[in-house]
Amino acid sequence: MDFEIGPGLFGEGFMWTILWSDVLIFLLVGAIALFVASFRRNPQNQENWRQVFSTRLGMATFVIIMSYVVIALVDSIHFRKALPATEGQSSEQVFYSNDVNSLLDLALGEMGDRPERTYSAPFALKSWNKENLLLPDGERVRDYPELTFAGAHLENPEAFAKDVALNSMVGIGKGLALALALIGLHAFWLRRSQSGNTGDGDTSPLPWKSAWITFAVIMAILGWLITMGNLYHVLGTDQAGNDTLFESLKGIRTGVLIGTLATLITMPVAISLGLAAGYFRGWIDDVVQYIYTTLISIPGLLLIAASVLLFQVWINNNPQFFEIGLEKADAKFLALCFILGITSWTTLCRLLRAETLKISQLDYVQAAHAFGVSHFQIIKRHILPNLSHIIMISFVLDFSGLVLAEAVLAYIGVGIDPAMASWGNMINMASTELSREPSIWWNLSGAFFLMFTLVLSVNLFSDLVRDAFDPKTKLETA
Amino acid sequence: MFSYIIRRLCYAIPILIGVNLLTFILFFIVNTPEDMATAHLGDKYVTEEAVQEWIAEKGYDQPLFVNGDADGLGTLTDTIFFNKSLKLFAFDFGTSDAGRSIQSDVLERMGPSLALALPTFFIGIFVNISVALMVLMFRGSNLDRFAVVVFVTLMSISYLFYIIFGQYYMAKMSRLFPVSGFNDGIDGWRFLILPIVIGVISGIGASARWYRSLFIEVSGQDFARTARAKGVSEAGVLFRHILPNTMLPILTGVVVVIPVLFMGSLVMESFFSIPGLGSYLLDAIRAQDFAIVRAMVFLGSVLYIIGLILTDISYTWADPRVRLS
Amino acid sequence: MSVTITEARSSSPTQGATSAITMNHQPSDKTLALSVSNLNVRLNHKPHTPILKDVSFDLKKGEVYALVGESGSGKSITSLSILRLLPDALTITKGKISLPETNLFALTEQEMGNVRGKKIAMIFQDALTALNPVQTVGAQIAETLKIHTSLNSSEIRHRTVELFHEVGLPDPEKRVDWYPHQMSGGQQQRVMIAMALACEPDILLADEPTTALDVTIQKQILELIKQLTISRQLAVLLITHDMGVVRQTADRVGVMYKGEIIEQNDCVAFFENPKEAYSRQLIDSLPDMDEYRSLEREAPLLKVENLQIHFPVRKGLLQRVHSHTKAVDGISFSIGKGETLALVGESGCGKSTTGRAILNLEKATAGDIWYNNLCINKLTRKEMLPLRKKIQVIFQNPFSSMNPRMTVGDIIEEGMVSLGLEQTKEERIQRIESLLTRVKLEPEHRHRYPHEFSGGQRQRIAIARALAVEPDLIICDEPTSALDVSIRAEVLDLLLELQRELHVSYLFITHDLSIIPHIAHRVAVMQGGKIVEQGETEQVLTQPKHEYTKVLLEAVPSVH
Repeated sequence: MDFEIGPGLFGEGFMWTILWSDVLIFLLVGAIALFVASFRRNPQNQENWRQVFSTRLGMATFVIIMSYVVIALVDSIHFRKALPATEGQSSEQVFYSNDVNSLLDLALGEMGDRPERTYSAPFALKSWNKENLLLPDGERVRDYPELTFAGAHLENPEAFAKDVALNSMVGIGKGLALALALIGLHAFWLRRSQSGNTGDGDTSPLPWKSAWITFAVIMAILGWLITMGNLYHVLGTDQAGNDTLFESLKGIRTGVLIGTLATLITMPVAISLGLAAGYFRGWIDDVVQYIYTTLISIPGLLLIAASVLLFQVWINNNPQFFEIGLEKADAKFLALCFILGITSWTTLCRLLRAETLKISQLDYVQAAHAFGVSHFQIIKRHILPNLSHIIMISFVLDFSGLVLAEAVLAYIGVGIDPAMASWGNMINMASTELSREPSIWWNLSGAFFLMFTLVLSVNLFSDLVRDAFDPKTKLETA
Repeated sequence: MFSYIIRRLCYAIPILIGVNLLTFILFFIVNTPEDMATAHLGDKYVTEEAVQEWIAEKGYDQPLFVNGDADGLGTLTDTIFFNKSLKLFAFDFGTSDAGRSIQSDVLERMGPSLALALPTFFIGIFVNISVALMVLMFRGSNLDRFAVVVFVTLMSISYLFYIIFGQYYMAKMSRLFPVSGFNDGIDGWRFLILPIVIGVISGIGASARWYRSLFIEVSGQDFARTARAKGVSEAGVLFRHILPNTMLPILTGVVVVIPVLFMGSLVMESFFSIPGLGSYLLDAIRAQDFAIVRAMVFLGSVLYIIGLILTDISYTWADPRVRLS
Repeated sequence: MSVTITEARSSSPTQGATSAITMNHQPSDKTLALSVSNLNVRLNHKPHTPILKDVSFDLKKGEVYALVGESGSGKSITSLSILRLLPDALTITKGKISLPETNLFALTEQEMGNVRGKKIAMIFQDALTALNPVQTVGAQIAETLKIHTSLNSSEIRHRTVELFHEVGLPDPEKRVDWYPHQMSGGQQQRVMIAMALACEPDILLADEPTTALDVTIQKQILELIKQLTISRQLAVLLITHDMGVVRQTADRVGVMYKGEIIEQNDCVAFFENPKEAYSRQLIDSLPDMDEYRSLEREAPLLKVENLQIHFPVRKGLLQRVHSHTKAVDGISFSIGKGETLALVGESGCGKSTTGRAILNLEKATAGDIWYNNLCINKLTRKEMLPLRKKIQVIFQNPFSSMNPRMTVGDIIEEGMVSLGLEQTKEERIQRIESLLTRVKLEPEHRHRYPHEFSGGQRQRIAIARALAVEPDLIICDEPTSALDVSIRAEVLDLLLELQRELHVSYLFITHDLSIIPHIAHRVAVMQGGKIVEQGETEQVLTQPKHEYTKVLLEAVPSVH
C-alpha cells in the first residue's frame, strides 16, 4: 500500500509506504492499550498491577521493554524517497526509490548509509582484510586500507582517542539532557496530579526513581550510540560492509513483532475454541480436543519448517503480488508469525478450556443460569473476564520464547527473509565467522546483547506479572 | 489397563489420519507437484517437459484422490493420496527426492541421534532436579533469590549462543574436545561430551526453575506440614513426601518427550556434524526434500502419541489415585 | 478485653500469670503437660498488626482444653506455634511455650524434631489433604515410629495394626496397606489420630478435627478423642469454632477473639455464666430448640413427584454405560406459599442435586417437578425463562457465588436485565438501592466489588440478588454453613424477616439440624437419595420415627 505525498511538504517528495506488518503492529498496540484500559477498571486488577510496579525491578524492566517497543514503532513508519528527476523525465512524473526507509533510519542519521567494503572491527579506522593498495607514489603494497566512512572526519589518526572521548561526552550529554528534560516534565506532572488527592495513606508510592534512572541510562546509551555511530562503526561492519550496530538496531522491530504478532494473530482462535470447548462441552469439546491433539502431535519445529518451505514455494511462484523486495520479505514474515502462532495456540487453548470447565461450574455462573442469562452474556460477562489473567500471562510468557525461537529458525533456514534485518539471521551468519582465524566476534555482539536484554527484561517482568495475577502463586507469597 | 491401552491406540488412529490429511493438504494441495517441480528445477528457465519428467520420476504423476483411469481397486490405490500418504501408516516411507530409501536412512541415523539425545536428556533431568532440590533447601534465603535470578538469566540466552560459545571456548580455545564429528562405537564418546554438556547446561535455566516452582507448590500442601508435625526432618520431608508427590507433573513433562528423542536435535546435530536424524532432517529442509519432511512429520507424531500413552501408564505407577479406565 | 486476664497479666508478666488464672478455676489435681505464656506472633510485613497478643493457657493431662473462636481469630496459629511450624510469613516475637521440664523455644531444630510426633502430636482439619496421597497409610504411620522408636519393621507393622484397632478402624490388617483416597472421611481422620498416637505423645493438638465431617461421624470422632484423653491421660488442645463440640467434649474453654484469649474457664462454669459479651454471643448464637414454627398449609406452590436423577457410570473398552449412580432416587415433597421446607441430610445424600433440578440446571431422569401446575423439568431453556424470576437460589459459598470482576450493582442488576424487570436504568438503580437497604447494607455499596465485603455481607448481597427478580420460591443451598456462628443467626433472621414481609417460600437445604427449628415449618430428611422421613418440624424433631433421623438428632452437638 503506497500513499503518495507530493513534493513541497518536506522539501523532497516522498511516499508513505505501509507494510502489512506496520498496520498490524499499530493495531496491536491499540488493542493492547484497549485491553489494558478495560482490564484496569477492576480494582483487583489495579491492585495487581500496582504490585507489579511497586517493585523496582518491575519499573526498570517495564521501561526497558517500552524502549524496545517505541523503537519498533518508530521503525514501523515507512516511506520511500523520491528519486531526483533524471534527464528527459517530465516534471509531472516522480519516481520513488526502491529502498524503503523508516523514521528510525532518519533518527539514526547516516548510520545505515555508510557501507564499507567488507569487515572492520569496532572503532577501527582500517579494514580487517588486507587489500592491494596503490600508494600515491605508484607503488603497490598489500596492507589494510583505510575505511571510507569511519573516522573520516579525523584530520589525523593520532587525534582518534581524544575525538572518541570528546564525542562520547557529547553523545552521552545529549542523551542525558533529553532524558532529564522528560523526567522533569514527568515529575512535575506527577506532583500536580498527586497534590489533588493527598491523604491516600494506604497506597505506597510507586518507585518512579528506578524508572527514571533506567530511562536516563537508556537515553545516555542511545545518545552515545547515535553520536558515535555516525562517526565510527561502533560495532564494526559485517562481510558486506554494513554497520553491525545499525543492523542490530533494525532487528529490534523484527524481534518485538515476532514476539507479539505470532501470539496475537492466533489468540482469537485459541480463545474462542478453548471457551467453546470448556463451556459447551459435549461434541464441541471432542472436536476441539481432536484438533489440538492432532496439531500438538506434529513436532512443532517440523510443522513450522514444512509450512515455511511451502509458503516460500508459493511466493516464488506468485511474484506478481509483490511490488518491491521488502513487501515479499514482509509477507514471508507475516506467514512465519502466523505459522508460529498456529503451532503455539494449542497450549493456551488447553489452559483456557480447563479453566472454563472450572469456572462454568462455579456458583456465580450457575446463578447466572438461574437468572436465564444467555450463553453469550454468560461467556462475555462471567467467563471471559475471569480468563483474562491467563491470556495475559501466556501472552507475556510466550513473547520471550518466540524471540528466541526466531534465532533457531534462522539457523534451520526457515527464518526471516534476509532482506529484513533480524537477530536470528545475524547470529546465523556470525556463527561461522567466529571460527575464522582470527575470529570475528563483533557481528555476534550486537544481536546478542539486544536480544538478551529484551528477553531477560521480558522474563523478569513476566515473572512479576505472574506472581501478581496467578492466584496460585499469590497464595504462596501471602 | 489393557483395555485402556487398546482404547488409547484406537483413539490414536483418527489423530494420525488427521496428521496425514493435514500434511497431504500442505504438501499437495497448497502447492501442486508442478509448483514444487518448478521450485526445484529453478524458477523461470524451466521447460514444461522438464517439469513433467521430474513429476513422473518422483511418482507425483497420479491424481490426488481418485484415479478414473485405473481399474478396480486401482481407482483408489493408484493415487498420490494412497501412495504418498496412506502408505506411511505401514511405515512405508518411499524414496527421498534424491532417490534414496528413506526407511533405511532413518534406521541408520537413529543410532547417532539416540547416542546424543538419551544422555543429554537423562543427565539433564538429573542435574535439573538436583539443582532445584538444592535451591529448595535454602528456600527464602538470599541464595534462593540469587539462584532464581541466575535461572532467569540462563533461560534468556538463546540456545544458539550456548552452542556457539561452547564450541568456541571449549573446543577451539581450550582444545579440550574435538570441535565436531562423530565416530561409531566406543570411541565416539569424545565427540559426544561437548554437545551433551552444552545440551544439559542450556536447559538448566528453564527446567530447574520449573522444578523449583513445582517443589514449592507441593511443599506448601498440608501433608508436608503433617510430616513436619510428625518430627520428620526437612530432608525427609523433601525426599519422602515432596519429591514423590511432584512425580505426576514431572512425568507429564518428561515421559512424553522420551519417544520423540528418536528424532534427535536438529540444531545440535548439525553444529557438531553428528549424522543423526536431526541433521538428516535439517539437510532435507535445506534441500527442500519434501518426501523426507513428510515422512518425518508422520514419524514424529507417531512417536508423540506413543509418548502420551506412556505418560498415562506411568501415572498409575507414580500415583495410586490414578486408575486408567 | 477480659478483666480477669488483664489483672493477672499486670500483676506478674510471665509464669505467674498462667498459674494465677489456672488457680482461679481449676482444682489442681491434674498434672501440667504444657504451658503457653504471653505468646505474641506478628506478620512479618505488617509488624504493627499482631496476630497473637499475650496468649497464655495450660494443658493438663487427661483433660481437653478447647480453644474457640471464629475464623481468623488466631486459634490455628497458636497450635502451630506450639510445634514451631509457623509459616515463614509469621514470627514469634515474645512468649514462652514449655513442657514441664523443657522450654520449647530453647531447643534446636533437631531437638524439636524429637518433640514433634513423640511428645506433642497434631491432627488436622482435612485428613485427606493432610495425609500423603501417594503413600499407604501404614507407611505413614511407620514413618513416625521409625523416627521416634527403635522397633523393627515387623514390630512396626504389628503396632500399626494395634493402633488401627484402638482408633476403631474396621479390618485393620487390610487397611494398613490402603491409600488415603480409598477410605472415607471418618476413616481418614481415624488414621490421622492413630498416626498422632503412634509414639504415645503426652499432648495432642487437634485443629478442627471434625469440621470437614458429617455430624454422625463427627460424634464418633469426638467420642474417640474424649475416650483416648482419659485412657491415655492425654492433654488435648481442641481447636474449634463450634460451641456444641466444646460443650460435648471440653473440660476447660478459652475464647479467642482477634488474637487474644478474652476469657477462659471451666467448661460447665463457662456455659452457665459467660463473662464476656462476645462469649455469650457465641453461646446464644442460636435460639433454643424448643420453639417451633408452624403454618396453615395452602395449596402447594411447588410439587416434586417421584423425582429421580441418575448419573451414568461408564466402563470398559467402548465406554458403555455400565450402571447408574442414583443421586436422587424417587423423592416427593411439596412446598406451600410462604412456607419453608428444610431438606436435611449428610454430604452426598442428593439434597443439592434436588435443588439444582428444581432450578432446571440438572436434567431429571424420571419424575416431575410441578410449579403452579406447570411441569417445569421438561421445559427448554427458552420456555423456562419466564419461570426463572419465580424460582431463585442462594448458594453456600459466598465467595464463589459472585463474579469477582463485577460490581455489586451489576451483580444484582444482571437478573433484572436478563429477565426484563424494570425497564429503565434509573428504575433499576433505584431498585438495587432499595434492595441493598432492605438487606441492611448501604445503597452506595453498589459501586463496590464483592471482595470488599465479609462473608456475611456477601451472603446478604446474594439474598438481594435473588430478591431482585421478585421470586416466589428461593432455593437456599446451605446458605449459612460457610459463615461464622455469630453471623449465621443474622443471616437466618434476615431470611425470616423477608419471608414474613414478602411471603416467599424457601427450600432450605442444610446438613445442620441445629438451625432447623429456627427456620423451617417442615422437614424432609434425606439419606442415600431417598427421603426417609418428612413432616412438621416439631413432630420430626421431637418424635422422630425413622432410625436415621434419630441418629442424626443424637449426633447434633448441643450447647444446652
